[in-house]
Amino acid sequence: MAQCAIQMTDLTKDYIIGDIVIPALRGINLTVTKGEIIAIMGSSGSGKSTLMNIIGCLDKANSGEYFLDGISVMSLNKNETADIRNTRIGFVFQSFNLLSRSSALENVELPLIYNRNKSKIDYKEIAFNALKRVGLEDRVYHKPQQLSGGQQQRVAIARALVNNPSILLADEPTGNLDSITSTDIMKLFLDLNKQNITILLVTHDPQIAKYASRVLYMIDGLIAS
Amino acid sequence: MHFTLLIDILKFALSSIQRNRMRSLLTSLGIIIGVSSVIILSAIGKGSQALIEDQINTLGTNLLIVFPGSSNTGGVNMGAGSLNRFTIHDVDEIKSRASLISLVSPVVRSGGQIIGGGKNWNSEINGVSIDYFSIKNTELEYGTFFTNQDIKGRKKVALLGKTVAYKLFSDDNPTGKKIRIRNIPFVVIGVLKEKGQSQVGQDQDDIILAPWTTVLYRLKGDRYIDMINASSSTTNDLSAGKSQLTTILRESHNLSDSKENDFTIHNQTEITDTVTQTSKVMTLLLASIGSISLLVGGIGIMNIMLVSVTERTKEIGIRIAVGARSSDILIQFVSEAIVLSLFGGILGVLIAFIVTILLNSFSSFYALISFNSILISFIFAGIVGIFFGYYPALKASRLNPIDALRNE
Repeated sequence: MAQCAIQMTDLTKDYIIGDIVIPALRGINLTVTKGEIIAIMGSSGSGKSTLMNIIGCLDKANSGEYFLDGISVMSLNKNETADIRNTRIGFVFQSFNLLSRSSALENVELPLIYNRNKSKIDYKEIAFNALKRVGLEDRVYHKPQQLSGGQQQRVAIARALVNNPSILLADEPTGNLDSITSTDIMKLFLDLNKQNITILLVTHDPQIAKYASRVLYMIDGLIAS
Repeated sequence: MHFTLLIDILKFALSSIQRNRMRSLLTSLGIIIGVSSVIILSAIGKGSQALIEDQINTLGTNLLIVFPGSSNTGGVNMGAGSLNRFTIHDVDEIKSRASLISLVSPVVRSGGQIIGGGKNWNSEINGVSIDYFSIKNTELEYGTFFTNQDIKGRKKVALLGKTVAYKLFSDDNPTGKKIRIRNIPFVVIGVLKEKGQSQVGQDQDDIILAPWTTVLYRLKGDRYIDMINASSSTTNDLSAGKSQLTTILRESHNLSDSKENDFTIHNQTEITDTVTQTSKVMTLLLASIGSISLLVGGIGIMNIMLVSVTERTKEIGIRIAVGARSSDILIQFVSEAIVLSLFGGILGVLIAFIVTILLNSFSSFYALISFNSILISFIFAGIVGIFFGYYPALKASRLNPIDALRNE
């Protein structure tokens, strides 16, 4: 069990819009071993994003079991899930989601500030090291608008890494990037994976999925075997 | 709560205010106006209260005025002084026996035509003792007061009120000049400082003061004193002093227990209290008008904060996604509101000071800023910030991160 990053059994999620119940996940069983790099594919509406949100503790499942690093996420309260997001999960989004008025360094510092396990330490140094890890040590004081798409995504990856999470979740990380930059980003993911970081990424692009050690296909809220 | 986390959240609040300087200033404008109007209006209230109190003090401090009673014969009331007037015996009794009364002076009232400096004027002449000057807070513009020697010798010396001095001698110093009061020659030994109008509109400077013996024996040829002015050593002794006076005068007039007082005692402080109370109510009224604008300013803060929350939905989503708790977001937005309103409070205090200085130098208003009004309006501004900042902050902290992140 110690090797298990994620273990899900019979996980369901329904969205209720007015009187209509829309089932998004209809019984997900998933086990992710530490150090895996997994690509999740599927048509839109198949439940990929919902699954990612639940794995990332941004959303809660209706029923089933979900263990992250052996912690039963379903039984945590709101503050505890916030802390899980902060320390155990790194998010990378399609649209980067950086604070546009803050520098790259300030963006990367953000998760450190909300980290309650650390006493006052030098945020700047840790954030700078994270930026160095993604090859942006010469762009630390640039604002997002002054950076290219690929660079912005690297800042987002540095932000995701800064609290040393066990899992990196990437929702279409290359969706807004050209193919050359996409390849660069995927190489970065592979590098990080070699440093024993578990990576889950959602993608439409079979070229990207090729980098994964395992590819999951989702159809109508279920993982196709 | 992590202390360093709190500091960082406060830094977020400050930097977001700094990045939106214009909007922050406009948001605070309501508080600025509110705080300054509370302070200015209550300063005007306090100022006029101080003016009124000053004016009352010209009448005399801790003053008790004893009037003679009235006779009531067959249902026809003859008015004050018709029955029993005072004699100097009453004054002496008070002086020797009333322990709480520190000063006492007979007042012998007369009047008539006064000739001097080639002009003439009709005025009132009050015969008093030297205690009178202290009782009534009388000060001199020129010359000296008369003395006990002058009183004993029934000297024909006179102190002129400002109005009388002006009517007879214009702006000259009349000290040493001769005047005639009802054809009796007097020497002017001084001029009293201006007191202005009394509260009933009577000119307190249209008067001549002379030794009571002179007025009583030389001008009136009488033996009765028209009234007695007395004052207690402290304001607290005033009512006890009043009952002492009553006891002594009843004994002096040989009144049996069944008989009513044949005199009345007026307490100046009672009048003062009423007037002070009135102006206090006015100050409070002015301050509450200011508070309403402070309240309106608070609603302005709430509006802008609500807009700001909508505008920054994505930022909030990002913060939640990287691990901010709801309480972290709540604190960030509440502290933004508090900082804005305290900033407005400081500017408001500054503006109030400037306006007060301008009012005092260029208008007839007299404004007096009190420390309390600054403190109260400042605290109130902070409370307004918390109160009206809380709802938008709560809204921000309850945002669903998934929806918030989708927001562009």
